[in-house]
Amino acid sequence: MTDAALVTTLPPVETPFRIFVSDFVRNKIAVSALAIIVVLALLAIFAPWVTPQNPYDLTQISIFDNMLKPGEKSMDGKFFLLGSDEQGRDMLSAMIYGLRMSLFVSATATAIALLVGVSMGVTAAYFGGRVDTAIMRLVDLQLSFPAILIALILLAALGKGIDKVILALMLVQWAYYARTVRGNALVERRREYIEAAQCLALPRYIIIFKHLLPNCLPPLIVVATVQVAHAISLEATLSFLGVGVPITEPSLGLLISNGYKYILSGKYWVSVFPGLMLLLTILSINLVGDHLRDVLNPRLKA
Amino acid sequence: MLAFILRRIGQSAFVILAMAALVFLSVFAIGNPIDILLAPDADQIEREQAIVRLGLDKPMWEQFFVFLVNMLHGDLGRSFVHGSDAVHLILGRLPATLELAIVALFLAALVGVPLGVIAGMKSDTWVGRSIMTGSIVGFSLPNFWFGIMMILLFAVELQWLPSGGRGPTGTLFGLEFSLLNPAGWPNLIMPAMTLAIYKVSLVIRLACAGTREALLQDYVRFARAKGLSRTRIIGVHVLKNILIPIVTVLGLELGSMIAFAVVTETVFAWPGMGKLLIDSIARLDRPVIVAYLMIVVAMFAMINLIVDILYSVLDPRVRITETAG
Repeated sequence: MTDAALVTTLPPVETPFRIFVSDFVRNKIAVSALAIIVVLALLAIFAPWVTPQNPYDLTQISIFDNMLKPGEKSMDGKFFLLGSDEQGRDMLSAMIYGLRMSLFVSATATAIALLVGVSMGVTAAYFGGRVDTAIMRLVDLQLSFPAILIALILLAALGKGIDKVILALMLVQWAYYARTVRGNALVERRREYIEAAQCLALPRYIIIFKHLLPNCLPPLIVVATVQVAHAISLEATLSFLGVGVPITEPSLGLLISNGYKYILSGKYWVSVFPGLMLLLTILSINLVGDHLRDVLNPRLKA
Repeated sequence: MLAFILRRIGQSAFVILAMAALVFLSVFAIGNPIDILLAPDADQIEREQAIVRLGLDKPMWEQFFVFLVNMLHGDLGRSFVHGSDAVHLILGRLPATLELAIVALFLAALVGVPLGVIAGMKSDTWVGRSIMTGSIVGFSLPNFWFGIMMILLFAVELQWLPSGGRGPTGTLFGLEFSLLNPAGWPNLIMPAMTLAIYKVSLVIRLACAGTREALLQDYVRFARAKGLSRTRIIGVHVLKNILIPIVTVLGLELGSMIAFAVVTETVFAWPGMGKLLIDSIARLDRPVIVAYLMIVVAMFAMINLIVDILYSVLDPRVRITETAG
């Protein structure tokens, strides 16, 4: 038998990732939610190329087009699918740019928080003792207060700005990751493969990053998915309250806040459409997160 | 037991102290309060006098000490905007917020428990699945947007309910409550529902998980064998058992509802302490911001303290692990 024939007769390798993928695609709702997330993310990334107009470019917007109803045409023949706001901006374009801002702020904050939280959690679990106590007390202290309160304290002190919102969202989130990773790392640390790695006298950082951390990933993925949705919602809320992103680069929350002024006069489109987009984004992420929890939970597999 | 309680009180005091330091540093040390307190055309001599009068020439730790001593006397400064004592201003708004939070809490239980029990009983049917998917929608709804949509539907389109404000109130012990005056109820409905929506989802999840677990227990099987009706098994035996964790969680959530009321109160112009905080942030009314934060921090520290002590009374294991660790 030749080598090539031998290879083809073997069944495909059952890597953990493949099992995970085949488990995941079984749920149709979660798959469509994931597809929606991908579409929304692509829209946000390529916003300058897909929107009918650039809502920040003053040469492209005209105050004469303000407060047009959805589907209405302006005097010079421009079509406004979802209407326009009080400055004559196309709502659809403003929403896609708003989504871009919302996703950018939340994703950046989550990425930094993951980095900080995971490092703190692994440090606490690996070294134990006083380091562990100090870090976990801080985590407990922070988690005993609601996220919105901590974010409000920080933003009331620091003032407005994209960087400050990212900082606040990051500080709100890191404790969740630290706690999740620590709990898992404590269990994994006692496993034989870590002992084996220690017997091989591998450097500490190799053991932590190459052996310990990858095995703490599954619950972390679930927590991070839920937290991204939470971060998007929190950013929108903070922007609505007027302590979030600056008015010059509105996120979805700020667009809704803007439309709130026109609610009583029945001009619904300025707040309804950005809200629907926000809801669709958060809901899709939560649906994926909910399904991930089922797929990645080893207890349900037994 | 006493040692545990004393240590726990010490921890709470430390938390409040740490938060006081954080709030003091962030609100007073970043930026210069003089710029806000004095008129822009004040000359150098006036500035110097104001700095000495406010004690801003003293070293930082001494200022912090003065702040702490004043705080223990219940003095967190006077509002720049309202001109009155900041603590009194906030405590005056407390009943409105508390009332909103408590009504929302009951609403969450009244709506969430039946839906969750049904979802738990019929977890494999479309009814159960749509309730659970609905609860994910509830989790995902941006709270403030849901409030705005309620205003759009019930106040603007249908014109059934007022769009905001507190409406007429009744008086009890010198405090004003909307619940005591039926004319004030319409104003309470939408804010309470908005504040409750997130907790409804939480209760549905808890009740569903609890019911699914309870249905497998021996006492349910025994009750069935005894020939008890389905309604009696669910309504009495299952419900009694799943309500304990739900009530505990809802009690714990009261604090977070008071914090989250900031959003609801802003949407519906409800005159509670959350609205006061947002107005104060917008107007840079620092004493009120500091007073709000310190009062809420103290409130949370108290809730956590009471819960921990209650737990240690109910479950001795908590005490033992705490002393060991």
